[in-house]
Amino acid sequence: MGRLIARRIFLGLIALLGAMLILFALSRAVGDPRYLFIGEDSVGIDPVVWEEWGRKLNLDKPVPIQFALWLGDILTGDFGDSVTLQRPVLQAIREKAPHTIQLGIVAWLLGTAVGVPLGVFSATNRGKLFDYIARSFALLGQSVPIFWIALVLIFTFAVWLHWLPAGTKGEGLAFRNYIMPAVTLAWFPAASYLRITRTSMLEILDSEFVKFARAKGVTLETVRWKHAFRNAIIPPLTLSVFVLFGLLNGTIIIETVFAWPGLGRLAIEALWATDFPLLAGLTIIYGAAFVVMILLLDIVYAILDPRIRYV
Amino acid sequence: MNVQQTSTASPAAQTAPTPQQRLTLWYILRRWPILPVLLLGLLVTLGLGADWIAPNDPIDQSLPDRNARPLFQDDSPYLLGGDHVGRDVLSRVIHGARVSLSVMAVALSAGMLIGTGLGLLAGYAGGLVDEVITRIVDIWMGFPFLLLALVAAIIFGASFSTIMVLMILVAWVSFVRNVRADVLVLKESNFVAFAKISGASTTRILARHIFPGTVGTITVIASLSVGNLILYEATLSFLGAGIPSPTPSWGNMVAEGRDYLQTAWWTSVIPGTALFLTVMSLNFFGDWLRDRLDPRLRQLG
Repeated sequence: MGRLIARRIFLGLIALLGAMLILFALSRAVGDPRYLFIGEDSVGIDPVVWEEWGRKLNLDKPVPIQFALWLGDILTGDFGDSVTLQRPVLQAIREKAPHTIQLGIVAWLLGTAVGVPLGVFSATNRGKLFDYIARSFALLGQSVPIFWIALVLIFTFAVWLHWLPAGTKGEGLAFRNYIMPAVTLAWFPAASYLRITRTSMLEILDSEFVKFARAKGVTLETVRWKHAFRNAIIPPLTLSVFVLFGLLNGTIIIETVFAWPGLGRLAIEALWATDFPLLAGLTIIYGAAFVVMILLLDIVYAILDPRIRYV
Repeated sequence: MNVQQTSTASPAAQTAPTPQQRLTLWYILRRWPILPVLLLGLLVTLGLGADWIAPNDPIDQSLPDRNARPLFQDDSPYLLGGDHVGRDVLSRVIHGARVSLSVMAVALSAGMLIGTGLGLLAGYAGGLVDEVITRIVDIWMGFPFLLLALVAAIIFGASFSTIMVLMILVAWVSFVRNVRADVLVLKESNFVAFAKISGASTTRILARHIFPGTVGTITVIASLSVGNLILYEATLSFLGAGIPSPTPSWGNMVAEGRDYLQTAWWTSVIPGTALFLTVMSLNFFGDWLRDRLDPRLRQLG
């Protein structure tokens, strides 16, 4: 298992390095990279400052050296200064991250708590009305663009009924402010959980040992939860990491729609203000988060199901 | 992730329908994807014939019809109302279908070509080639793509070609993994061995003996991923990193209508509905095709 984890870490780091290489290549792809770091008003800029930026970005050195130096900066935690915010990128990210993490965890719990049980009940009631309703719910969740669900919810519950606030995180632990963003974010994961749990449960329920347990006289409920569910949990578990990563992407959309003060909104503000350093920093942080998640999944995996081998 | 897991196939033990049952509308709709196919046919027609079908110019602004209500209220000439600068929502939705269609056509066929090629190569060549391709795919799946797409939008500016390249970059991965898995099985089969013995070249074996066996998988993956690709395009357009206004795309229409939710809900709800119906039809059709052609792929969920 040690070898496995070492290999995962290695692959993850390569992925991260690849993402950084792409970022770097993009920053050098069009025109003078200084424009990306100084901002729109660089037309009438003091030539002295312009030269200073050239040295700061190591433009006088060969391109591979530039990349290595930039990489070194990133590794030591120097992500540069945001163009629009006029302060270190990492500081801005650290400030906003908790809001995104809180929303993400709430949505993740909600999605899991709704999707997995629904999947189990859908499988055990196969072909009945409940199964159809649950599967329609899943199909809907996988087909509706989440920004659109968000708008429809805002229109219904905030504009029309005035039940819930239309956006922002609110002061302190404002429970009501969480409802709409979390439900919107959780719908797609819940749908995926439902489908994958249902498929996996159906497969296990069909297997010999389940039939044998039933023949032996074990009650239906015990067979479902003790024999079948425990064996059916691996695919949803795999999914949970991809769900978390999907949530990271989802927050970018949801935070924009609900004016949630987190990383996603920061990313979109960076996009609109063409703030390259900030967006690049966010990309690296998100990439790193995904690497860590995959690693966690592998560890949980290896503990849960020793049968799984890695090729 | 290369996970090997023992799994049992589940034979669908369903009772045969009686002749009366076969004739009920519900039974037919459940068994054949008629509604989705009709909707997709409509989409293709609208996308191809947008110039002739759309009643008005999609980018022609008309100030008196700003946020005009649907069904020709407010003396507007628009069936589905006007948007915030008085453009015809219906015409924009029809022209937006063209964007979704282009995404389907370009991104999917390019992704399919690249993905299938690499999948065949990885599966058949094996060894180091396989190792490298599989690792690249693994790494690719771990990229924060949405954010990289936003960065690309900053650098190159949001445009049709930027978004197409991005979509292709996303599309190819799932083909590689599944085609490779198919090839690994097929290349061990007797008919491939016989072809080798009778002196067929590698190209011939791949093209005539192995590739036909992967067509089912490719079709299923294509139909399952196309919905996601359309959603992805719409999301990028919604965020302002996709198709730039005034070219109508469903994503940027929803984004523009967002600010007028209180006064003119139709400007965002109608394109959103078009998007949702399209993706749902595609998913529904994809599920049906998968169950028909390759139930083994059900694990993709």
